[in-house]
Amino acid sequence: MITRFLWKGVDRTLRWFIALVLAVGIVPVLLNLMMPASSGFHVPSWVLQLVGKYLCYAALALALDLVWGYCGILSLGHGAFFALGGYCMGMYLMRQIGSRGVYGNPVLPDFMVFLNYKELPWFWHGFDQFWFASIMTVIVPGTLALALGWFAFRSRVTGVYLSIITQAMTFALMLAFFRNDMGLGGNNGMTDFKDILGAPVQADGTRAVLYLASALVLALFLLVSGAVVGSRFGKALTAVRDAESRMRFLGYRVEGYKLFVFVLSAAMAGIAGALYVPQVGIINPGEFAPGNSIEAVLWVAVGGRGTLIGPVIGAFLVNWAKTYLTGALPEVWLFFLGGLFVAVTLFLPKGVVGLWARLRAGRSRPRGTATA
Amino acid sequence: MIAWRKLIGGISLLVSLALASAASAHDLATLVANLTKGGFRDREVAIGALAASGDGRAAPILQALGAGRLYVRLADKTVVIGEPKGDHLALIEAVTGEPAGTAVVDALKRVRVNNRLRGLIDDAVSMLTLTSPDAGLRRSAADSLFEQRDPSALPAVERALAAEKDPAVRRALVEARASLVLASDDPSKAQKLEAISIVRERGDRDAMGILQAVASSSDPDIRAAATLAARSLRQTLSVWEAAQNVWYGISLGSVLLLAAIGLAITFGTMGVINMAHGEMVMLGAYTTFVVQQVVRAYAPDLLGTSVLVALPLAFLVAGAVGILIERTIIRFLYGRPLDTLLATWGLSLALQQAVRTIFGPTNREVSAPSWMSGSFLMGQIDVTYSRLWIAVFASMVFAALILILRKTPLGLHMRAVTQNRSMASAMGIRTPRIDALAFGLGSGIAGLAGVALSQIDNVSPNLGQGYIIDSFMVVVFGGVGNLFGTLVGAITLGIVNKFLEPYAGAVLGKILALVFIILFIQRRPRGLFALKGRFVE
Repeated sequence: MITRFLWKGVDRTLRWFIALVLAVGIVPVLLNLMMPASSGFHVPSWVLQLVGKYLCYAALALALDLVWGYCGILSLGHGAFFALGGYCMGMYLMRQIGSRGVYGNPVLPDFMVFLNYKELPWFWHGFDQFWFASIMTVIVPGTLALALGWFAFRSRVTGVYLSIITQAMTFALMLAFFRNDMGLGGNNGMTDFKDILGAPVQADGTRAVLYLASALVLALFLLVSGAVVGSRFGKALTAVRDAESRMRFLGYRVEGYKLFVFVLSAAMAGIAGALYVPQVGIINPGEFAPGNSIEAVLWVAVGGRGTLIGPVIGAFLVNWAKTYLTGALPEVWLFFLGGLFVAVTLFLPKGVVGLWARLRAGRSRPRGTATA
Repeated sequence: MIAWRKLIGGISLLVSLALASAASAHDLATLVANLTKGGFRDREVAIGALAASGDGRAAPILQALGAGRLYVRLADKTVVIGEPKGDHLALIEAVTGEPAGTAVVDALKRVRVNNRLRGLIDDAVSMLTLTSPDAGLRRSAADSLFEQRDPSALPAVERALAAEKDPAVRRALVEARASLVLASDDPSKAQKLEAISIVRERGDRDAMGILQAVASSSDPDIRAAATLAARSLRQTLSVWEAAQNVWYGISLGSVLLLAAIGLAITFGTMGVINMAHGEMVMLGAYTTFVVQQVVRAYAPDLLGTSVLVALPLAFLVAGAVGILIERTIIRFLYGRPLDTLLATWGLSLALQQAVRTIFGPTNREVSAPSWMSGSFLMGQIDVTYSRLWIAVFASMVFAALILILRKTPLGLHMRAVTQNRSMASAMGIRTPRIDALAFGLGSGIAGLAGVALSQIDNVSPNLGQGYIIDSFMVVVFGGVGNLFGTLVGAITLGIVNKFLEPYAGAVLGKILALVFIILFIQRRPRGLFALKGRFVE
């Protein structure tokens, strides 16, 4: 029944795209593991690490698109959910270091020994188990989203005010996590990871597995989002986005719809963050920065909000440009980013996907007809 | 015969005076020479002897010794005081005060002191300064003796008190005597109790320190009296501390007001949140820097007025950039506030990078003019001139804005567009022009804020980022459509922030303020002073 539900909501384009994502996930991994290093077809591990990072960002963009493109909630603090999920995974990885840390304490991570902690704070217990950490990557961001959303949507805070509130939330979290007495690594964050589930974090095999996992998770998210959006629930969601007061007067519980999507999206972002951390090897409070969340919005805008494929494409495009430009022409990067923001809002309101659709429609339509 | 006797009497008087002065100079010379001999212990004794002599030359000699300017000329072993003059030292003889030529550093041997000796020298100089002809010097000498609590200065203080006529200096001397009485073991209990009440009356933080030290005395009566006095003083001091926090809050609130009021105007009139607002502030600060550099290069004596020259320039520069932004970008995003938010965010990144490329990423130095430096004491509240002037400036800007909005046609049109855009347009108001002018006005005020901020904050490309979130909070909290909302919001947030700081620390205080606003928005989603009337979302 669930598979039918999942499959019914997914249209043809999305099916092809999910297949593409799976291919992007499986093929490079095979090329990395099977091909010898000297071969031209070999995919080096650093490529897997880089593209794995892009895949996690794409998942975050997808989560953001779910609340923004389909529900009209411009959340400028989604990076907070991403970072919270990352911190949960980081805590698990820190516990896994055990006595191989610089100070050699089997229970306390290095920064706690450094700060003269005598024992593990209460909220660290349980994070030495992978299943617990995994559950927490969903629960922690989800609970925050539930609390914030319940208060905000109940008071009918909308539009720009809501965006500013989400920004304030992520900013406050950033300030809080920068404090060294929170017991979460402080301004240094958590790093120097050794193992994940027994396998060394930096080994080629682990990297390949993490990459594959990221691709699989992205494909799963696409499936779930497609199902949600294509169902009756999804139709009501777009209606809430387009005409909230009307939906309220028609009798729909608008707060409930918004809250559900918000929590779902936060959970997705949390999982994306959890996969991100072992691949980049560090999590620090800088991830909570308001600028990161706004960049995520840009990925969605560039790709095309209100579609599911758009955010993934947008995330890949912008992050690839960032990797290239910050290496080749560093001073140009910020001009490019700023210009991209302006250009996308002015000229590409539907993003790359919208542009593509317009081109295709323009070609098949005869001249002289007004296109929307 | 009688004339002979008078003559001999006169001559012997003269001779004895000459001998006496020669003897005293000889004594002074011996005392000074003792300063240069031996080790630090001997020097300590010599300092004490020189202080006790009460000679008029003793104070300058001791001050030179403490400042490391007392030397022995190697050629003839004279003790001299040296003032640096180019690469030489201009010398004067220590004992007589006469000029003694110049020398290079190599021809002299400095008389060295350590920190302990410096403390003793300070005490000695204070004691000697007690008899200085300048009332201000006497007062500060009495104050420093109050703080130093060296019981050996008690006789000198008593002597000075007996001869003092000036009432302010008398008061200071009485307090100094009280402090020294409490520090020494000789005086009777009654004297000590009286001293406690005198110290309590003085009522500042130094007095608090003294009372707390005395509260650990062995005598129970004295202990009780000191504890009681300390407790009552603590209450007075905490009231003053609260007042100080209120002042800090008002000062912070005035800065926030300057930064946020432009944002409130643009948001009220056009419904757009301008994320590049912080960069307008930054542009104002950099304008101040550029004006200062130009003034430094071409008219260095006018440096004190460079801030005043920068004010209208910053307004024009930031306002022009604002109008440009509005005409080229914002105008096309009419009716899409979230898109405007994103576009202006991108703009802020580009502006920051542009300034970084032109001026460099490091902080630039903007010096405060002399009339904005320093501070004064109002009761127990320390008020710095820079913050005082900024608060005055913020209220002037606010008053000017109220005038513009209430009394000018532009203000009338802006208010009309804020309240009901379509109706205003139907009444013949050209809304695109009003939009541009409102955006320009808001940005111009941000430029003015930048001028003020350049005096108290670092001028760097990231200046705007520090204030953008706070400006949002003020606008969200205070509501739009009414400037008083922004005023109340800014002052409240400033005071709340400053009151939370001593208990929770600056960072946690900021977090709590943010959480408070998030919760406040639940109750009043449109802010404190929301726009009334029909409002289509």
